Amino acid sequence: MTPDIAAILGVDGIATGAIYVLVAIGTVLIFTVTRVIFIPFGDIAAFTALTLAALDTGQVPGTIGLLVALACLATLVEVTSLVRKQAYREIPYAFLYYLVIPAAIALVVWLLIPLKPPLPVRLAMALLLILPIAPLLDRIVFRPIADGTVLLLLIVSVALHFALVGLGLLFFGPEGVRTEPLSSFHMEIAGIMLSGQTILIVVAAIVFSALLYLFFDFTLVGKSLRATAINRTGARLMGIRPARAGTVAYLLGSLMAGVSGILIAPVNTIFYDSGFLIGLKAFVGAIIGGLASYPGTAIGAIFVGILESFASFQSSAFKDVIVFSMLIPILIWRSLAALHSEEEVDE
Amino acid sequence: MRRSQIHLIGALAVICLAVAPYVLGSFSITLLNYIGIYALVAIGLALLTGVGGIVSFGQAAFVGVSAYASAWLSTTGGASPWFGLLLGAVLTCSIAAFLGFVTLRLKGHFLSLSTIAWGLAIAYMFGNIEGLGNYNGIASIPPISFGSIELIRSTQIYYLIWAIVIIAVLLAYNLLNSRVGRAMRTLRGGDTLVESLGINAFWIKLASFIIAALLAAVSGWLYAHMSRFVSPTPFEAGMGIEYLMMAMIGGAGSIIGGIVGAAIVTVLKNSIQDYLPLIAKGASGQLEIVAFSALFILFLQRARQGIVPYVAKFLPEPAHEPPPPAAPLPRRTQPPPGQTILKVDSALRRFGGLIAVNEVSFEVRSGEILGLIGPNGAGKSTMFNLITGALKLSGGAVAFEGASVADKRQYQIARAGVARTFQHVKLRPRMTLIDNVLLGTYPRTKTGFWRGALRLNREEEASAYQEALAQLKRVGLGDKPYELAGNLPLGSQRVLEIARALAADPLLLVLDEPAAGLRRQEKLQLAELLRSLRSDHLTILLVEHDMDFVMGLVDRIVVMDFGSKLCEGEPKEIRSDARVQEAYLGAVA
Repeated sequence: MTPDIAAILGVDGIATGAIYVLVAIGTVLIFTVTRVIFIPFGDIAAFTALTLAALDTGQVPGTIGLLVALACLATLVEVTSLVRKQAYREIPYAFLYYLVIPAAIALVVWLLIPLKPPLPVRLAMALLLILPIAPLLDRIVFRPIADGTVLLLLIVSVALHFALVGLGLLFFGPEGVRTEPLSSFHMEIAGIMLSGQTILIVVAAIVFSALLYLFFDFTLVGKSLRATAINRTGARLMGIRPARAGTVAYLLGSLMAGVSGILIAPVNTIFYDSGFLIGLKAFVGAIIGGLASYPGTAIGAIFVGILESFASFQSSAFKDVIVFSMLIPILIWRSLAALHSEEEVDE
Repeated sequence: MRRSQIHLIGALAVICLAVAPYVLGSFSITLLNYIGIYALVAIGLALLTGVGGIVSFGQAAFVGVSAYASAWLSTTGGASPWFGLLLGAVLTCSIAAFLGFVTLRLKGHFLSLSTIAWGLAIAYMFGNIEGLGNYNGIASIPPISFGSIELIRSTQIYYLIWAIVIIAVLLAYNLLNSRVGRAMRTLRGGDTLVESLGINAFWIKLASFIIAALLAAVSGWLYAHMSRFVSPTPFEAGMGIEYLMMAMIGGAGSIIGGIVGAAIVTVLKNSIQDYLPLIAKGASGQLEIVAFSALFILFLQRARQGIVPYVAKFLPEPAHEPPPPAAPLPRRTQPPPGQTILKVDSALRRFGGLIAVNEVSFEVRSGEILGLIGPNGAGKSTMFNLITGALKLSGGAVAFEGASVADKRQYQIARAGVARTFQHVKLRPRMTLIDNVLLGTYPRTKTGFWRGALRLNREEEASAYQEALAQLKRVGLGDKPYELAGNLPLGSQRVLEIARALAADPLLLVLDEPAAGLRRQEKLQLAELLRSLRSDHLTILLVEHDMDFVMGLVDRIVVMDFGSKLCEGEPKEIRSDARVQEAYLGAVA
């Protein structure tokens, strides 16, 4: 391997890693607030890419159907639980949050498609469609077992991923997509070509990480999220609703996953099931950060990207084997570093 | 339900299985073959996940390793499938031993995440190794043969599959009801509990992991030679969660549940494949996995317990038939009264900058009750953990029977003769009183995995049973040995913990705040019990902060405050010591 190749692989790895950074930070955010290891996060990223591709060609994306279906289901679940609790007054709000708002988003996007809007509007449309999906899934799938063990939530999360892969195939079809690059800019530094897309990916990762940091440290909502992450019961006593904090976390996480999906779509061909690998590799990065530290997660995700880039140069068939095998030493290191008082006991 | 009735039901089930090929069509038999093959993996998971609490998403990879190993050996090497079984089993168990050795120290969800990691890594390898046919797989695998009889038709291999399943069920049942089976059932109670009983928790986990892998290996071997073709798809992550689903739906922790779960999932999958195209034309493939995952999520939300435990609630209680009288277990000789058996010498323990135990020294002499007292935060519990090995010393020395405990693991200290109880009672609430006390006899008995699975342990089990029953009677709980421990009131639970500790025939009994949360009457009874143990020459170290309870009971007292030893002496002297009064009541004006 010559230094030139190493440099190219390094740049490539950092760009891939930056994508993972966005997804990984979302994963950590959701884990700390809700204790759910949200495996389907990569699917959210892939679905965003597929949505954007459909919008680019003027087609109605499958996301609209998916969103409406999930909204109906979530409303049904929420209303049933409110009726059981005899909290009839809250039912109109349930309809507003779980049915009207998602349906309105779907309707607006659907009306805009024939007008062939410019790229920035299409990006916004794709993100708007994708944002409500994770919170709706949270309501349907995780909220009924919010107090279960991390392990139970993990099993459910893995099952949910497989459900989403099936839904992805149903709503988006088996064809892979690759969208137009967001920028055609190119530059050369020290003999290495840098595309605008690469720069955009890295900049987006930095900007969103910084925004998240500002959000956590300087807004009340951010602080309430951190409080929930540290101690759910304590936060509840302080008047913070863990369920609402969870919704905010899912929204923020989806935004990051959505952005990563938009950024990766021009670089890689995305299929309905591409999300699994994106999500899991981001997750390896998140574990390097101990599922807790954001800077650690970012470094971990970049490391995974670089590892993958060099591994695929050495042996492209085994790059995934190498990345996932790496997880075991990382987990051991993490487990040794973490302080465990007493294990959760599930009787 | 009596044991003979259970045997009758079992025999009927075997007869039904035996005549099935003469009654059912070939399609149903093929379905039954798949159920049997999947059930083997699910039984392994019932042991590993249901009983041991180790959630593995990676069993499909083990099935694959064995299937590919046997397929490769019998096609490329031209060897008999029986050698394939040997290679598959050895290879799978070696990989499991390695992975288990590396990952089983991980806790809770970290461990499960690692199973996703190696499950994926192994599954990706199948598709990328040229010698294994890449993504095309290996075709024309020879069938299994007995002499000149080749098991080609599905009704032929059917008998082999179900014979193996029945053997697996019997072995697993025997194992669960043996000494190591009880240890496996205790794993969910946490490592501290398991190790305090003299059980090497890591070894039990590793063995359970390898047993589950072995069952997966046999399943993979049967799969390869039944379908006569292997490709990477059936061993991918999706199948891993399907196996988990079978074990959990059947009732994690129930062996029969493994078969029930495998049957339900397989039949359901089949009918979904049949009926979905009628509902949604052209989209059935996609909807199948969606419907499946949705059902599994619903199950996890609503009925986590599983089918078999649910049904079992409506069946009559199994009758308990106590084993025949047997020779008592050998006992240790207690050291002569007055001899030092535990020596704590300048013990020091730091947590970061905090010194929880600061150069504390004292001795426990044979035949006495020593009380270790002090206000909240005095460092009593830390001292306790240093003695039992739950924490490591930062300095100084603790010697039990003249041997340092510093480099010993908890279970080794327990085996040397230190039995303990817990401040927050740690019992197995779903196990009977007698089973809980039987756990105490673990270090005094020897039956391993093989002898347990083959039921070669009856004599030892009977001895252990007599010992456990005797200890239950000794503490006054002998009248209902088959009650579940979780149904007892707190006072009786503490006493049950003492019975469990006594069953280990300890040299030193260490009690962590045994009077906490007890009513007055219960405290009096507990004190009476401890006095009777002392008159049997047992040595007791009592960590407590209930002054009344301690004063009337113990021979000597060591007082700790702010991590240091304040003083030591007989109860009378301690009561009149000004420093103790100050520590407990504040300075006298």
